[in-house]
Amino acid sequence: MKRHLISAADLTRDDALLILDTAEELSRIADRPIKKLPTLRGRTVVNLFFEDSTRTRISFEAAAKRLSADVINFSAKGSSVSKGESLKDTALTLEAMGADGVVIRHNASGAPHRLAGWVRGSVVNAGDGTHEHPTQALLDAYTMRRRLGDLDGRRVTIVGDILHSRVARSNVLLLNTLGAEVTLVAPPTLFPVSVDTWPCEVAYDFDAVLPKSDVVMMLRVQQERMTAAYFPTVREYSRRYGLDARRLAALQDHAIVMHPGPMNRGVEIAAEVADSPRSTIVEQVANGVTVRMAVLYLLLGGSEPAIGGDVTPAGAVSPNGDAKRGGDASRREDA
Amino acid sequence: MHLIKGARILGGAPADILLRDGVVAEVGAGLTAAGATVVDADGLIALPGLVDLHTHLREPGREDAETVESGTRAAAAGGYTAVHAMANTEPVADTAGVVEQVWRLGREAGHCDVHPVGAVTRGLEGERLAELGAMADSAARVRVFSDDGHCVSDAVLMRRALEYVKAFDGVVAQHAQEPRLTEHAQMNEGEVSGRLGLAGWPAVAEEAIISRDCLLAAHVGSRLHVCHVSTAGSVEIIRWAKSKGWQVTAEVTPHHLLLTDELAETYDPVYKVNPPLRTKADIDALREALADGTIDCVATDHAPHPAEAKETEWAPAAMGMIGLETALSVVQEAMVETGLLDWAGVADRLAVRPARIGRLSGQGRPIEVGAPANLTLYDPSVRTAVDPRGFVSKSRNTPFAGLELPGRVQATFLRGRPTVLEGKPI
Repeated sequence: MKRHLISAADLTRDDALLILDTAEELSRIADRPIKKLPTLRGRTVVNLFFEDSTRTRISFEAAAKRLSADVINFSAKGSSVSKGESLKDTALTLEAMGADGVVIRHNASGAPHRLAGWVRGSVVNAGDGTHEHPTQALLDAYTMRRRLGDLDGRRVTIVGDILHSRVARSNVLLLNTLGAEVTLVAPPTLFPVSVDTWPCEVAYDFDAVLPKSDVVMMLRVQQERMTAAYFPTVREYSRRYGLDARRLAALQDHAIVMHPGPMNRGVEIAAEVADSPRSTIVEQVANGVTVRMAVLYLLLGGSEPAIGGDVTPAGAVSPNGDAKRGGDASRREDA
Repeated sequence: MHLIKGARILGGAPADILLRDGVVAEVGAGLTAAGATVVDADGLIALPGLVDLHTHLREPGREDAETVESGTRAAAAGGYTAVHAMANTEPVADTAGVVEQVWRLGREAGHCDVHPVGAVTRGLEGERLAELGAMADSAARVRVFSDDGHCVSDAVLMRRALEYVKAFDGVVAQHAQEPRLTEHAQMNEGEVSGRLGLAGWPAVAEEAIISRDCLLAAHVGSRLHVCHVSTAGSVEIIRWAKSKGWQVTAEVTPHHLLLTDELAETYDPVYKVNPPLRTKADIDALREALADGTIDCVATDHAPHPAEAKETEWAPAAMGMIGLETALSVVQEAMVETGLLDWAGVADRLAVRPARIGRLSGQGRPIEVGAPANLTLYDPSVRTAVDPRGFVSKSRNTPFAGLELPGRVQATFLRGRPTVLEGKPI
């Protein structure tokens, strides 16, 4: 696995499966009396958030803390040469503090890429501009796998503002790596002009792709799109591209509905759909912590296994201390 | 008095060139001249001093990035004997006072001629015409007018500017960028921008303005110059306008002849420029157009920025690249090594035609007896990796760092006086 996780394209199929399998293993501690593992004791993880995102930040924070890492939350809004400290100076500060891992959320596409050039620790992209959000894609894949089993050949339909969606970009890349077939659905205004070069199908007609979908993932429509002529009115968008009860009924029985949140109920997703048993929206949040634990462990964890056969007391050395990362076939236990 | 021995004029047979009293006094074989400083030009190509139609010298206002002194010294190091200083300074060069100031700073520095470009509109705001006539009549004798950095997007204002400058044989140099189509634009709109999640700058935003302006220039019978043409579609439109006999000229930058938008994958803003780097297909069309004369000249769009303006995320970073010291090498790599231009063609595109567009009578002249002694001696045989630490410019934002490029300027003469000798600025 690469040292940083900046794009879902950084992950090979083996890398991605290792993360998902490790997450499965880690999920077992949720049933244990002590939920905390000593794996990252003494490591420092900095949550560097240049953009408001309480849910993603606390997800990473919970993940790092359950692995016993020291967590520093660093919130800095707005980053440009003209206002406040530059990203480079922030990076040098983190360097001086000895961050082993930096989780960065930033409104500029490519900011994690730049940061990786300025710090020695591992950089985890927690969402950069309209570029990528690879841990979201991992938790989505994890959620799909838990509900549907192996993703090979599964049909995933992603609906909404593809042009500006980092979730869509990471999902297309990761799902393609995992063998799923992705179809993107949006009004033509909300696709990048060269979307035909992406490893997926493109459709304008939501109703036509619904019956063959195993997964329907709805994306949030940002407020600023609503006034910039991407579509005539919110109501028209909702009628053509929203998931309501009628469309839900057109899905196959096993199909699931996903949303990365936060939702616009009544716009891209109807309330009864969001709250239906097919919806995985709450699971996605819970799975986010588990998957981020797996990512932090694999990037920062050194040689210890993620989790021993028994609950390992804090500070104890695991008997399997020399298990090498990535090579442990016994971890493969596809749900 | 300098006696250049054995230079190959425009790549031809070796000849001696005697420079005396600011002019080319003699050209021939086996020349001698008592008291002349001999310059050994064995293996070197002699070209007319290069003329840049598009240089940002940053003074007044951003002397941390470049000054007239440092920028013209960099120009001389690159083989230039004249540059056109763009108007987007602070204050904007939109009055006779500012253009005269820049012109005087150039004279005092003495490294190459500085011809200020006057702003088309006051403050580059695109609302009211600047006092174009006052700038034309000033000591700086402005003939090229541009809001470069901004497009004169208002069609009526553009029409009036084109008409108005006819009174003093001026030309409007348009930065062709439809503003609404390029709001927040970060890079070429295409496969790479879609993948990187950077807002796209579509080719049509350039081509739409060029189309409109060609039609306007034809309608009012004026001269239009198109700055930094970057797309294959723009080339087609300009070729069509020229076929009609309209007075349209165009320039291309060195970076648009060599680099593609794939470099944005690094998210390193050293590759961020306006108009943005485009695709291989665009590069091929631009090279072909420069070779066949559809594009008249190479202009550097030398745009110095301090390090902190580029050591950032992509979106907030400044746009622009420096180019004066690498232009000739890039042209050799893109045009000469590929067989698209010979050295006479290089002289035509980098000196003769830009001087003509800027109406500079003393520049871009053939190296022959009686002509002003503006020339550069260039060694095309060396090949070295570009090292910005050796640059004369105050700024280091070159996209060519580390790239191996051919050629080196060995000497430059401005009206007979050396500004560069043995590869070093004087």
